[in-house]
Amino acid sequence: MGTIVEQIQGIPLNHYLIFCSVIFAIGVIGVLIRRNVIIIMMSIELMLNSVNLLLAAFSAYHGDASGQVFVFFIMALAAAEVAVGLAIVIMVYRNTKSIDIDSLNKLRW
Amino acid sequence: MSIFYFVAFLSIFFALMTIFTKNPVHSVLYLVITFFTFTVHYILLNAQFLAVVNFIVYMGAIMVLFLFVLMLLNLNKDTEPMKSTIVKIMGTVAGMCLLVTFLGAFRVIEVNNEAITPHANIGLVKNLGQVLFKDFLLPFELSSILLLTAMVGAVLLAKKDTNKA
Repeated sequence: MGTIVEQIQGIPLNHYLIFCSVIFAIGVIGVLIRRNVIIIMMSIELMLNSVNLLLAAFSAYHGDASGQVFVFFIMALAAAEVAVGLAIVIMVYRNTKSIDIDSLNKLRW
Repeated sequence: MSIFYFVAFLSIFFALMTIFTKNPVHSVLYLVITFFTFTVHYILLNAQFLAVVNFIVYMGAIMVLFLFVLMLLNLNKDTEPMKSTIVKIMGTVAGMCLLVTFLGAFRVIEVNNEAITPHANIGLVKNLGQVLFKDFLLPFELSSILLLTAMVGAVLLAKKDTNKA
């Protein structure tokens, strides 16, 4: 286990920041350019995961366990969110026969 | 330390493949690989509990849920709705602007770069469990209520309305 800890000590925290913001930006781009609701939810999962990894990195670099507990709670929340979201997607598909997000424009104005 | 850069490259590559692949099923499979690389990142950070939870919850439960819904709705490449090219370009440019804003903000703030790890094994199951059940007991119990509520809500939402009409 000591070698793994030595592994991370060579990496500046800045590189974790940059890496996680790149992944977060990819998630934002995915939400903006796709029309499939399921892929939009997958992009949201990508964003949640990048934030999780950054919290874990800060927690490991500062020796504070609270960050990793927060990541655990965020994972529980993400599971609940996906279950409810996919149930809504199934109901929308049953009513409109498509999962195009642009067909859900009744609440626009 | 070069393992981190290699795995980070893999994560970014598969995340890009996730959002740019046309076929939704392939997209889910690329997302599974992305989450696997995140598990490797957690192991590199010596956060073993999070690595195991990420492996089980994300790669197991959530991805099975996504694949199940995709196959239940019988979606394939032909029914996939696509946005127009101009919207795609604008979305990509907006995401890049967000990234540039982040990077500019990181240049301004001072990040303490050296790893100060007095307790290098905080991510182990034993230590994290003690923190979770001592300091965070009430949020832990509340999250169980949240999961129960979400489960009941999902079943109610997806159930076919039999006595309608």
